[in-house]
Amino acid sequence: MADVTIDQVADAMFELVSSMKGKRDLKPMDVSKQMMEKFGDDVDKKMCKKALRQLIDSGRLTYKYAGGSYVTLPEA
Amino acid sequence: MTEMKYKTPLLDELEKGPWPSFVKEMKKEAHRPMVQDAIGQLERSYEEHISHWKHGGLVGVMGYGGGVIGRYSDLPEEFPEVAAFHTHRVNQPSAWFYTSEALRTLCDIWERHGSGLTNMHGSTGDIVFLGSTTEEIEPLFADLTKHGFDLGGSGSNMRTPSCCVGPARCEWACYDTLDACYNITQEFQDELHRPFFPYKYKFKFAGCPNDCVASIARSDCSVMGTWKDEIQVNQAAVLDYAKTVDIDAEICDLCPTRCVEWDGKTLEIDNSNCVKCMHCINVMPKALKPGKERGATILIGGKAPIIGGALLCSVFVPFLEMDKDSDYEDLKELTEAIWDLWGEHGKLRERVGEFIQRVGMSNFLEEIGLDPVPEMVMAPRSNPYIFFDDEIFE
Repeated sequence: MADVTIDQVADAMFELVSSMKGKRDLKPMDVSKQMMEKFGDDVDKKMCKKALRQLIDSGRLTYKYAGGSYVTLPEA
Repeated sequence: MTEMKYKTPLLDELEKGPWPSFVKEMKKEAHRPMVQDAIGQLERSYEEHISHWKHGGLVGVMGYGGGVIGRYSDLPEEFPEVAAFHTHRVNQPSAWFYTSEALRTLCDIWERHGSGLTNMHGSTGDIVFLGSTTEEIEPLFADLTKHGFDLGGSGSNMRTPSCCVGPARCEWACYDTLDACYNITQEFQDELHRPFFPYKYKFKFAGCPNDCVASIARSDCSVMGTWKDEIQVNQAAVLDYAKTVDIDAEICDLCPTRCVEWDGKTLEIDNSNCVKCMHCINVMPKALKPGKERGATILIGGKAPIIGGALLCSVFVPFLEMDKDSDYEDLKELTEAIWDLWGEHGKLRERVGEFIQRVGMSNFLEEIGLDPVPEMVMAPRSNPYIFFDDEIFE
């Protein structure tokens, strides 16, 4: 698991959420599952949580509530 | 009394009678324009039988995915003061013990940043602040944290855990509910503030099977105090009760498993058949007490939604020692195993109890690595979820 960094996972998450803007809301777990699929054994759930937290804390992504909790781009 | 901006004949009806009235309380705060408009919009909702609140959206504090519930008026031109009227959940102290200074601090903070209206407390247990603008969300949070408070849970995350008064005021508490509640709240801060689940997950800690916090009905994980050994009986005190209580009719006949016998002199309890309903202890509190070997039963899967689909929790772990020194490791381990499975396979807005119903109890147990035990039943002496091999082949 040493090859992929948290920053790389965070960037890939950001790219995924950006690409889905206006098409489909993604739950945090959806984003993590897609990352684990993309990076394979190099990434686990813990790493995804850290990457997501980094994105949220930095303000690149934000949470949204619409019947359930989703991650999305902040409003411009 | 401040003059009211709107006529409210329907709401006024709710001020009649001797009981407390939220309308009366709101009118006391009517010197605030925000409260005037909230009252006006509420009257309109009563007239039209429809809510004029929209909820959800992007509001929150930086880094958190819960604690602030976005609320907007769908009539912002008519009621501009409540165009944004967000709700804030503040994590309450264990068992709702406050000093008067803490209460004053909370009220002062809320008067500085919001409508001044509160709900003490919400059904999950939080202190609820009703009505702030979007601009005040971050300053309010900063003010709260400066004074040692934090936001509670909302959305698809662990909700703010709550507990009964436990050993602070109750001799029947079988473990320290306040400590367990605080410990779990601190342990799972990430899950409390950052939604990662299919839906909400609630913890409630009850010190004994009387379940004063209704944990079995209102939480996904109910940690209910119980005991393993015999009910403690003070026969002399039982004789005292016999002067005023018909023990046969009021205790023996009402025992759900008929495990109590009274011959006029001695009370005999068949503890192997006791289902810990607490009835006899509640009727004769000076004569009977829970046993000395105390701990908790862990029950999973309850929920009490407003419209329909209520579920009661089911026993998962019949007895767990709730030793503070062990840091509640077993409870934490079980919780993480449940979250891993439900988090990965649960559908959107599917509570853990519904998930268990969908996949089946035996599959669920197998996946989280818990062996089935005979206590895992809908109710004592009722239908089991799991049939053991020797029963099938008999």
